[in-house]
Amino acid sequence: MFKIHHNAGGYLSLRERLSGLYKLGKNSDEDFWAVKDVTFSVNPGESKAVIGRNGSGKSTLLKILSKITPPTKGKIITRGRMASLLEVGTGFHPELTGRENIFFNGSLLGMKKKEIENKFDEIVDFSGVEKFLDTPLKHYSSGMQLRLAFSVAAFLDSEILVIDEVLAVGDMDFQKKCLDKIETVTKNGRTILFVSHNMAAIRSLCSSVLVLDKGQVRYHGDVAHGIDHYMSISSSFEEQPGVFNLEQHPSKKIKQSGLVEARLIRDGKPNYLFFPGGPFKGEFDFAGMAPDAEVGFRMVIKDSYFQSMVNITNHDLGLRLQANKSGAGTVVFEMDVLPVYGDGTYYIDLQFGDEAKYKDTIENALSFKLEPKDVFGTGKFLNPKINTVYPGKVNINVQ
Amino acid sequence: MVEYEIKPVAKLGFGVDELWRYRELFYFYTWRDIKVRYKQTFFGFAWAVMQPILMMVLFTFFFGKKLGVPSDSIPYPIFVFTGLLMWNIFSSGLTSASNSIINNAHIIKKIYFPRLIIPLSSVMVTLFDFLMALTIYLVLLFYYGINVNVFEVTGALILALLITALTTFGLGTFLAALNIKYRDFKYVIPYTIQVLLFVSPVIYPVSIVTSAWAKYLLAINPLSGAITLLRSAISDVPPDWNMVIISACCAIVYFIGGVLYFKSSETYFADIV
Repeated sequence: MFKIHHNAGGYLSLRERLSGLYKLGKNSDEDFWAVKDVTFSVNPGESKAVIGRNGSGKSTLLKILSKITPPTKGKIITRGRMASLLEVGTGFHPELTGRENIFFNGSLLGMKKKEIENKFDEIVDFSGVEKFLDTPLKHYSSGMQLRLAFSVAAFLDSEILVIDEVLAVGDMDFQKKCLDKIETVTKNGRTILFVSHNMAAIRSLCSSVLVLDKGQVRYHGDVAHGIDHYMSISSSFEEQPGVFNLEQHPSKKIKQSGLVEARLIRDGKPNYLFFPGGPFKGEFDFAGMAPDAEVGFRMVIKDSYFQSMVNITNHDLGLRLQANKSGAGTVVFEMDVLPVYGDGTYYIDLQFGDEAKYKDTIENALSFKLEPKDVFGTGKFLNPKINTVYPGKVNINVQ
Repeated sequence: MVEYEIKPVAKLGFGVDELWRYRELFYFYTWRDIKVRYKQTFFGFAWAVMQPILMMVLFTFFFGKKLGVPSDSIPYPIFVFTGLLMWNIFSSGLTSASNSIINNAHIIKKIYFPRLIIPLSSVMVTLFDFLMALTIYLVLLFYYGINVNVFEVTGALILALLITALTTFGLGTFLAALNIKYRDFKYVIPYTIQVLLFVSPVIYPVSIVTSAWAKYLLAINPLSGAITLLRSAISDVPPDWNMVIISACCAIVYFIGGVLYFKSSETYFADIV
């Protein structure tokens, strides 16, 4: 239903042009191609996911597909009515009532007045804000605004839908409701292009995956392989497995995180292979806190679908951590029993904080793998395809 | 089934067919802008009539009474209100149209539609204000007992409105596009409008300019033609058709030029706004 040929997007920015004029000595004419040589087609009724790290060109691709930015070269052919959802609630105005906002937002998304009128009751019903329909939006809670925004979007019925990561917000129940709604939409033979970091959602909604990296297609095919491929790219900033070094991290934002270096330790040495149910240890060097500050530390262990398995802070354990006189130190984290089982890669998010507040999370700072093991000492290996919780000693019998 | 091709931009045009397809969005945009404009005000729509009345009173007092500015044998309040009717479309239409794209940046970055809708709807809002002021104008004409030929006034109103609206929309879209590239215009526009008030025959009649050439030079500002036309319809003075024609031609040129410039730069709005 739509095709993309050799599609490319280069950005134009006036400020860059001007500064290019002023800095005569410097050559600033280097072209940057956000997306280059990307060719793919999406068949009617297919739902395809586009995944890639930040800066891989996903957003540019979406902008070109949505006609917001024209491509520099190449073309896109679409057959059918296309609507794109780069955001929910675009054009919502705080002074207008819920009712008025539904009409304006729906119209922006490409719905006809008649269509909105016909679906109005369903939209209101889905959002659950009927009591406040004639109240200005500014009096809504942010949750209510979001539900209203989603509800309008959920009733879009164009043949092709381009969806950006709009589902990453809102409360869990409502998120699920929206995912279900999208699922019914995909089952109705709608063509969908879905950009998301939510691997679980991609697995349940999409039939194929396109992996982008540095503006080019790295993989195009079935979902399981695509996600594996994406995982192998997304953790590539670990120079040595099991060791995270700030200097090598691509993101600038990370400099304020407080973390300097992180190591996973097995048998006294950095390692990235651990046993399910075995001991687990990590050392995390931090700096940049106030002198003698009380330090907060959070660690999240996620499976290869980025679902969180462990999420723990020192406050949860009632433990106090303190920085030294220069505001630095090393947090040593030890666990007797690693509570996960499976053969996939696991990812670790780290977060530091001081008295005031938690700083930015360092996502996927580290990764480790589990070695298949005869966990229960019975000579049997558990099904390694499933990432699951290590249950410790379990007894099952008939009495 | 709609087949659509997204390509690098090449052709230049008005995109009338596309605008027509998006006519409902245009309606909603205008409807929203009008609602938002008066939503939080205590007097609401009354502001649309109060503003020109206040200006009329002020100008009548200072220019009509104190300075004795001539008014072509029309009572000065009517005389100045006639000018203000057109002037307000121009000044507030130009101001809001030129800032409209920046004010809608968040929408532009997320959703595609013909961008012309945005300045077009902001000019429509001022036309709504005009309709409100027009009712007051008709009351004033009646109050001052001015005998008019209904057909003559209606014809003059339509023509004057057309000239003013084309000018406002043309310059408005032009400035809206420029404003995105160079934010400096945001600061220049209010001053330009202040200056233009004195270059337009709002508070004085065109008849104080005696040289024919100066008159025609004045007509390059299409408001001159529009205002003189409307004034002659409510007085015995016949309109200076040369002036009206020059003004009308200029209005068309401004309109085409402004819209073409806007269309030529609109594709990159989302990237630089």
